[in-house]
Amino acid sequence: MNQLLKLADFSVSFATPRGNLHAVRGVDLVVAKGESIGIVGESGSGKTVLSRATMGLMPSTATCTGLVEFNGVPLSNLSRAEVRNYWGTGMAMIFQDPLTSLNPVRRIGSQLMEGLIVRLGMPKKQAQARAVELLERVRIPDPYAAMKKYPGELSGGMRQRIVIAIAIACTPELLFADEPTTALDVTVQAQVLELLAELRQEINMTMILVTHDLGVVAGQTDRVVVMYAGEIVETAATKDLFANMKMPYTEALMKSIPRLDQSSGQRLRVITGRLPDPTSPEPGCSFAPRCEYATDKCRAEKPPLVTTQTGHQYRCFFPIGGSL
Amino acid sequence: MAGSGKLHLRLDSDPLLIVQDLVVQYKVNRKSFVSAVAGISFDVLRGETLAIVGESGCGKSTLGKAILQLPRPQGGTVVLDGVDITALEGNDLRDVRPKVQMIFQDAISSLDPRLQVKNIIDEPLKVWKKGTAAERSIKVDNLLNSVGLDPVVVRDRRPYEFSGGQCQRISIARAIALDPVLLVCDEPVSALDVSIQAQILNLLQDMKEEFGLTLIFISHDLAVVKAVSTRVLVMYLGKICEMATPDDLYAHPAHHYSRALIAAVPIPNPEVGVDKIRVTGEPPSPVDPPTGCRFRTRCESASERCATEEPQLQEVGLGHFVACHHPVTN
Repeated sequence: MNQLLKLADFSVSFATPRGNLHAVRGVDLVVAKGESIGIVGESGSGKTVLSRATMGLMPSTATCTGLVEFNGVPLSNLSRAEVRNYWGTGMAMIFQDPLTSLNPVRRIGSQLMEGLIVRLGMPKKQAQARAVELLERVRIPDPYAAMKKYPGELSGGMRQRIVIAIAIACTPELLFADEPTTALDVTVQAQVLELLAELRQEINMTMILVTHDLGVVAGQTDRVVVMYAGEIVETAATKDLFANMKMPYTEALMKSIPRLDQSSGQRLRVITGRLPDPTSPEPGCSFAPRCEYATDKCRAEKPPLVTTQTGHQYRCFFPIGGSL
Repeated sequence: MAGSGKLHLRLDSDPLLIVQDLVVQYKVNRKSFVSAVAGISFDVLRGETLAIVGESGCGKSTLGKAILQLPRPQGGTVVLDGVDITALEGNDLRDVRPKVQMIFQDAISSLDPRLQVKNIIDEPLKVWKKGTAAERSIKVDNLLNSVGLDPVVVRDRRPYEFSGGQCQRISIARAIALDPVLLVCDEPVSALDVSIQAQILNLLQDMKEEFGLTLIFISHDLAVVKAVSTRVLVMYLGKICEMATPDDLYAHPAHHYSRALIAAVPIPNPEVGVDKIRVTGEPPSPVDPPTGCRFRTRCESASERCATEEPQLQEVGLGHFVACHHPVTN
């Protein structure tokens, strides 16, 4: 296996007036070249912080500890300026909100060319040609006209495709896609997903997809990472996970989502309670207060990460074998 | 698609709401208008949950608001409980308003940030002079209880102290305070997290049973719609494409647009391949909509007839109506 990204005992905490907020806790993750990984979990489970912190996009109130290794280089030892050299060509990110991640007062063309000129040192003419090519790639009708437009003149779906074009402009080895299709209609979502799949094949791009859409996870990823309260609680190959969920949390999360193949008028399953307070971690399993199978042992002792022969990892004393 | 016609109305079964030929126009500039809702007719029976689905910009939110006369439609009639509310003015219209309430997508910003929760829910009761202050206070507590919030804990707090899901519960409590007969829900769960979404959907179902409500549920999420609705109306560029029960619609979509929408929803099963997309491009501008069938520019089965003649709703199965010259046959 050709290893591209390695996280070891990676934690992120924020200094807040109420104390340290532990957003990501002791994450171990290895991503192979060309792999596509889905990260799922509720809001507040640390998915976005994990992907942003890996890229080094954290405010000064954040403290990151542990190892981030990219292509064998430990990024966690580098200064901020040195990490910058990896942005665009090494790692790139599609941000969640297309409406706010573009600069509203700069034309689409100049925002697209910025990375090409600064990171790849392309002459302006060449960057222009490449930018038009990228817009065609993401199926923007009339790319020459689009280059001269401001973000406000485009629809949400078009803007999201511009954000994708910017992210893939320098053909990154690793692409983080943070809920890239959440704001889009299903028809546009399907086009965007197809585009990402094409790019992965063409340039053997590795992708880390943060989402809560199970359909997207099922169709686009090789492996799924389930996060809860800042920890990885389950990891498995996508097919394995859908057929055999070990964590009660994974099952509860998946079953609370309405699906097209269920008959109408059924009551939805809910996960009662809420995420634990991230400023004061509990001693036992973080999901225990909401888990219907929890025992005293779960509440007192932290379950270790168990790895099965097939590489299925989970953090539970009493694994189930749930499926969708 | 995107047709007209009234074949699907069930006037003999005394519907709660009858909407006929509703037109809502917005001014684009001095000369031109955009018809966000371009002649839509439908009815809702008592106790039904009618879902309205479509892509962003198809006019579904405008349609929901026009039922409440916000804004007032430029044409057509809305008959609620036997009263044509499009013909009412001033105080007569005001007297009807408590019967139809609405909840919005962004619950947090639809609550007044400076009011305490008890005052937010009390406001409609106070405006309509429903009982003394003491009676109203009891009613507020009952409402909070029925939406699953503990009155003792939440009464004196303000909206910013709550999560999106809790704010949506508060806005549901406010909406049902005046005992409406019809509740229009505009994307009530699309801003919420997955685990909270299920709680709110179940709550709406409970409210419907407890208070005998009829719901209009506007959403772009086809899976959510399937879970909650008893009838689904598919809209495209201000017109109706198809109307059917959810099980029927999802199993046998008759309109090419509905079929493409359903096919575009990713299936949460890694063993199933990704369905090929059948709709490309974006909807045309509603300022200058295509002639005939409005979907023809993106439809693979479009013929010359689709360009010249607007399709009318026809029945293709029991209670299943489609506005298409070449409906999908199964």
